[in-house]
Amino acid sequence: MSTLLQVKNLKTHFFSKNKVLPVVDGVDFEVKKGETLAIVGESGSGKSITSLSIMGLVPKPGGKTVDGEIIFDGTDLLQLSENEMFKVRGNEIAMIFQEPMTSLNPVLTIGEQITEVLIYHKKMSKKEARQKAVELLKIVGFARAEEILDDYPHRLSGGMRQRVMIAMAMSCDPKLLIADEPTTALDVTVQAQILELMKELSEKFDSSIILITHDLGVVAELADRVIVMYGGQVVEETGIVELFDNPLHPYSKGLLGSVPKLDEEKERLSSIGGNVPSPDNFPKGCRFVTRCEHAMEKCLTEQPELKEIYPGRKSRCFLHDEGGNE
Amino acid sequence: MTVETLAKNQPSVKNDKSDILLEVNGLKKYFPVKAGILQKTVGHVKAVDDVSFFIKKGETFGLVGESGCGKSTTGRTIIRLYEPTEGEIIFDGQDLSGLKEKQLKPYRKDIQMVFQDPFSSLNPRKTVGTILEEPFRVHNLYSKAERKERVEHLLDRVGLMPQLRDRYPHEFSGGQRQRIGIARALTLNPKLIIGDEPVSALDVSIQSQVLNIMNDLQKEFGLTYLFIAHDLAVVKHISDRIGVMYLGRMMEVTDKRTLYSNPLHPYTQALLSAIPKSHPSEVKRERIILKGDVPSPSNPPKGCVFHTRCPQAMDHCKEVVPELKELEPGHFVACHLYN
Repeated sequence: MSTLLQVKNLKTHFFSKNKVLPVVDGVDFEVKKGETLAIVGESGSGKSITSLSIMGLVPKPGGKTVDGEIIFDGTDLLQLSENEMFKVRGNEIAMIFQEPMTSLNPVLTIGEQITEVLIYHKKMSKKEARQKAVELLKIVGFARAEEILDDYPHRLSGGMRQRVMIAMAMSCDPKLLIADEPTTALDVTVQAQILELMKELSEKFDSSIILITHDLGVVAELADRVIVMYGGQVVEETGIVELFDNPLHPYSKGLLGSVPKLDEEKERLSSIGGNVPSPDNFPKGCRFVTRCEHAMEKCLTEQPELKEIYPGRKSRCFLHDEGGNE
Repeated sequence: MTVETLAKNQPSVKNDKSDILLEVNGLKKYFPVKAGILQKTVGHVKAVDDVSFFIKKGETFGLVGESGCGKSTTGRTIIRLYEPTEGEIIFDGQDLSGLKEKQLKPYRKDIQMVFQDPFSSLNPRKTVGTILEEPFRVHNLYSKAERKERVEHLLDRVGLMPQLRDRYPHEFSGGQRQRIGIARALTLNPKLIIGDEPVSALDVSIQSQVLNIMNDLQKEFGLTYLFIAHDLAVVKHISDRIGVMYLGRMMEVTDKRTLYSNPLHPYTQALLSAIPKSHPSEVKRERIILKGDVPSPSNPPKGCVFHTRCPQAMDHCKEVVPELKELEPGHFVACHLYN
């Protein structure tokens, strides 16, 4: 499989009066054509800002991508001008956001919002765009697509809005779809509908997907590979089955153990002590050192590197040097 | 539901009432919908409609359902944050539903609540110590020194350092705030704690910490929990028995093993099949995808409220509301399929 997106040493920092917050601090990963890569992490891990950096949508003022490369289909997106980015965004890379309630414009009809994308990027006439919009809405499961076109977002439920968002994102056949917590705000039966839909669409359109989530169940359903983020860095990169069978990094292990599972009964869950550190207060050495039960002296002062431990599996931990993490 | 039908439907209650802490019978909570200049009542949102269940002493009863199913309203009506429209709330042998505020006050101590949002449920202008002492002041308990000692003990029990009593809520993380919320609920040695989505706003690694603390405290203080949540794996982990709600009605009640291994109601079956798999190579059981969305509770479907989305709906379901019946000992289901 050829590589579609390559993120190298991405650093997006936030600046306030007298502080620099390294929210994304040296992130490397790649996405191959047609694969679904999940980015897993808790709040403050930098997973959403990573995706916004790819889209060139880092919140301003305050946020800035200060270093790194984002090579998409041979072009470094960070070198593009704002006008050039307009042609990429929504066209080659599309995004679905978490909040279906707030990510649609409440004063425009569904039809106006979907056709806008097609008219801008695909230079369609209004009539063609409308036809295409009906087609798209049918693909995402609206039986009465023509009627939905003239409805306003408030008339739709959360699940329906998320379908509209997906239709809009797929409208220009993007090469890469970034889904930021696409089902977090939805009920479990609706979540199941949306997950099935995303599976179908990724096969049909052959798009690559970056799936950002904190829900390991969603990861198990959709992803091919996973990167686990903690404190603005990638701590583990691995195939999906390997992550669930044998996580390498102590944080990944803790995370998997924290989730109650349906098929087992435990009195106590294993948990990671302490709290997620905030970016203005990252530990000096390994970011996970304050919560790690294997922490050594070295971890307090030095940052471990993300290294390949097995073919295709990387982890950022000193334990692997000791050979003691098995 | 009348008393007779209840007695018929819940023999386990009748046989052994001594270990029941809370019994909810035919609870209804309708919110009026007002319109026009005169604000005339034009309809009702039937948030909770004829819900019955009981909770035994020392157990955890999980209440699950999707948004809008009335699970939170049920919790809030039990603690009388909302006035019940109809029905009985029998706590420790006393019906709370008709009591006036003054008569209710002694029972307020016994039932406490932990809220979902740790950011908005603590007063930002009070220190943690003040927040935790407030229940003592309201109920006029203990001397100043004793209060201080108790607060420090409580903080210790939920895993926070006693010195933190002089800090303000904004100085704490979400998980720590939720611990403070739990400590506050514990101040008056309650018998029942109602947790309304107490862990759903927390990160996964923090969620497991809080669940473990709740488990430990239950053993230590002999607490009974009503645990309201939408996360089915979390509910299974913490509960002994579980009630499944849909659109204001109770669909199925049983112990957790039976619920997850042998769900009888079509809604429960669909809900459980919708849970994402816990391992990527797990072979997925047949997934029942429900069509459409939950109807509005201001205009619920006639008959069984689930018939509009039920894959096994019959003509009969569109007309007659199914009663919650005990099919096997302790297993209650409201569905016409089992008549």
